[in-house]
Amino acid sequence: MNNRYTEKILEAKDVVVKFNLRGRTLTAIRGISLDLYKGESLAIVGESGSGKSVFTKTFMGLLDANGRVDSGSILYKGNDLAKYTTEKEWLTIRGKEIAMVFQDPMTSLNPLKTVGKQIRETVELHQGLKGAEAKAKTIEILNDVGITMPEIRYKQYPHEFSGGMRQRAVIAIAVACNPNILICDEPTTALDVTIQAQILKLLHKLQEKYSLTIIYITHDLGVVANVADRIAVMYAGDIIEVGLCEEVFYNAKHPYTWALLSSLPQLGVKGEPLYSIKGTPPNLFHEIHGDAFAPRNPYALEVDFEVRPPYFEVSPTHKAKTWLLDPRAPKVEPPKLIVRMLEKWKEAPEHV
Amino acid sequence: MSERKERKKLLEVKNIKVEFGSKKKKFTAIDGVSFDIYEGETFGLVGESGSGKTTIGRAIIRINEVTDGEILYDGERISGNITQEMDHKVIENIQMIFQDPMASLNERAKVDYIISEGIYNLHKHKDEEDRKRMVEQALLDVGLLPEFASRFPHEFSGGQRQRIGIARALVMEPKLIIADEPISALDVSIRAQVLNLLSELQKKKGFTYLFIAHDLSIVRFISDRVAVIHKGKIVELAETEKLYEHPLHPYTRALLSAIPQPDPAIERQKTIEVYDPACHHYETDRPQWVEIEEGHYVLANQEEQETYKEMLRQT
Repeated sequence: MNNRYTEKILEAKDVVVKFNLRGRTLTAIRGISLDLYKGESLAIVGESGSGKSVFTKTFMGLLDANGRVDSGSILYKGNDLAKYTTEKEWLTIRGKEIAMVFQDPMTSLNPLKTVGKQIRETVELHQGLKGAEAKAKTIEILNDVGITMPEIRYKQYPHEFSGGMRQRAVIAIAVACNPNILICDEPTTALDVTIQAQILKLLHKLQEKYSLTIIYITHDLGVVANVADRIAVMYAGDIIEVGLCEEVFYNAKHPYTWALLSSLPQLGVKGEPLYSIKGTPPNLFHEIHGDAFAPRNPYALEVDFEVRPPYFEVSPTHKAKTWLLDPRAPKVEPPKLIVRMLEKWKEAPEHV
Repeated sequence: MSERKERKKLLEVKNIKVEFGSKKKKFTAIDGVSFDIYEGETFGLVGESGSGKTTIGRAIIRINEVTDGEILYDGERISGNITQEMDHKVIENIQMIFQDPMASLNERAKVDYIISEGIYNLHKHKDEEDRKRMVEQALLDVGLLPEFASRFPHEFSGGQRQRIGIARALVMEPKLIIADEPISALDVSIRAQVLNLLSELQKKKGFTYLFIAHDLSIVRFISDRVAVIHKGKIVELAETEKLYEHPLHPYTRALLSAIPQPDPAIERQKTIEVYDPACHHYETDRPQWVEIEEGHYVLANQEEQETYKEMLRQT
């Protein structure tokens, strides 16, 4: 198992994001370093409030006015995006280089403009096409995202589209910018399972056609298993485990990743309570000492409450921030639920 | 299950139809749906958005009018014109938990009032002290502190707000609770907590649930029996494991094949079946709602019934 993607396209180093809220400072991202490789699909998973959306918004300068990148750097094509301040600078990145697909297709389209016009605007702005050429390109993109009868659909308004079709239109707008990186923020959460499968398939197809690098932000581990090459697990503003998809699913090392996998309803046994993580995530207004997950972690060691764990390498592509991986730590087996799940999976015919 | 025959039918839905709009633009949201809910069970209702699953729930608690057919609660008709007395009985015995805890609580009322509203309306309390005690007990039952009664909904997180929504339902001491997507607006880690709370309350108080959801893996976990609804018609109904192991109707099969599996190897090799309504030949041979094996119902015409029976024999 080695990573087939080697060329770095984006490098985030020790990124810290802070927000000012009513005179207090909230540290939303607590020093994340992450490399993104060209052509890969990276999935960022975590609970709401873990900072997964905030982190990716820093790539596009979309933080709210009271938020800022406090320290660290985000290198993209030799430029440090963390230093960008003006709208003018950001306009060279937004859409052209990095585009975003938002969660809710019901609210991310303009209800007063036809779908065709909304896509065409982007085509005109980012690809410099005009008139009939722009229209032809728009129709081609509509076709690419699997919208049938694009000529008719071009003239229709968002309310005439179903949820799945609208999400396709939103994806069309993002793709029309010809970006290198596509950030999909919960792209299928608002959709039904059957539509979800179609949209994921579509994104995969577009990734090949336009050689996109895709970041998926999601909390659905089923979606992740389908699409991701690599997975980054976020908790309280930090990436606590990152690795290839198989490594994180079959050989998770961080207790939080275990907890996340354990709370899947597929693992539940009827009549027994479903596993749930005790307690609540830490308050990010306060400074966090040690491992942020320690207070909720049944496997926490003493050191977890005092010193923040560094990354321990499990394999060249897989690392996790937990003291359990320190050679001095006592050996801890993953919880029974996970072991049982892995055994069940191994029996499945697909693994042979 | 051998004891099934002795189980009491708490709710009977008989061939109901719900229509919206006037004559010219009539839309049939529910078309000839029948099912029974037994006392003490969790009955799951799954379907895509727009399939009419919420409308069924709303028809039962009389928010939407039923244009045809009838609904019986405990053997008595509760659909159409009924006496006020009967109406109160429905409110007392059937309660609903709504999907979005952010939208379903009155922002301007304190938790105390939100939970007591039903008590006030039906004069269920003897005196003020009695009412306070009931609210306190309801809050404790859902794992919140009695002090929270004096707060406003905006002071709570999503999971806590959903608990308030549950407390509001259970303070009425209902028999049947209609849970309409109670966890889809919640975060993954909180979902488990709310699901556990629901099953704990069921054990303690003997509730019967109608659990409406679109997340098939959660329905599998929580329900005893499941009905699959497609475009206002129930296409298949069976005990949960039977349905998930041997789905018969092509729509059920398509729906189940699309469930995301949290295992990369399985997820990437799975084949998704696509449901094409044109695969049915219903022009001459009308479909019927038949019991194909014990407790397993499916919507099928004569020809399909034969195929399904053959499929069941092979398994």
